[in-house]
Amino acid sequence: MSKGKSTPLGRVRNHGAAAEGTGHFVGQRVSAIALLILATWFVLSVALTMDGPTYLAAIDFLVSPVNAVGVILLVMVALYHMRLGMGEVINDYIARPFTKVVLLLLNALVPLVIAAGALFAVLLVNFGV
Amino acid sequence: MAGATRPERPLSPHVQIWRWHVTMATSILHRVTGVGLYGGMILFCFWLMAVAAGPEAYEPVGAFLAGPIGQIGLYLIVAAFAYHLANGIRHLVFDTGNGLKPADAETSAWFAILFAVFAPLGLWALVTFGS
Repeated sequence: MSKGKSTPLGRVRNHGAAAEGTGHFVGQRVSAIALLILATWFVLSVALTMDGPTYLAAIDFLVSPVNAVGVILLVMVALYHMRLGMGEVINDYIARPFTKVVLLLLNALVPLVIAAGALFAVLLVNFGV
Repeated sequence: MAGATRPERPLSPHVQIWRWHVTMATSILHRVTGVGLYGGMILFCFWLMAVAAGPEAYEPVGAFLAGPIGQIGLYLIVAAFAYHLANGIRHLVFDTGNGLKPADAETSAWFAILFAVFAPLGLWALVTFGS
């Protein structure tokens, strides 16, 4: 397996696919179908029941158990879905390996941090002192 | 040289000779709205944290959202969502192997665009003038 004599294509030939594409494909579709319901519910329910972006209206909305659970689900599924999508965009448009890895890392970690903060916020509104 | 014996092959796409297709607009718009909604979702999470931080911390956030820039921003996020939703359904149909004929794909592309234009308008009218 001397590296010098073969092309990059020659080196990967006959090794088969990385076999990781299906998980990505299925995850993206499953979360898409979940968001079809969750995000549509959220937009309509905020637009039609919340009385403007005031503090009291926000608390009123978030203390309803159905809304709290819905918002938690929305945040978790949406952050998963957008992480997959943004990963695809980064892989497609960023050519420099270093920049690409940094962006993919940020894409993996930032949504996680944001989601933890958002979920804690919903819990605090409902059970905080 | 071998012009006469050369097999009839399609010429590769040319950068300057190119017909505009609505389906290419829907494809790039799906990514653009997806990236926009990524930002919108992060802002929404910060909004939740602002609510949890209490009335004083929320004050400026609420004032911004009620102001013109906040309202236009919210409208654009709803419009981006409406488009991503309609075109996402289109892609789920494509995944089943249906709707891929050029004429069908173009019709559904226009439907997605029209939905993205009129659904947010309708919702805005309902919220503003309804009840």
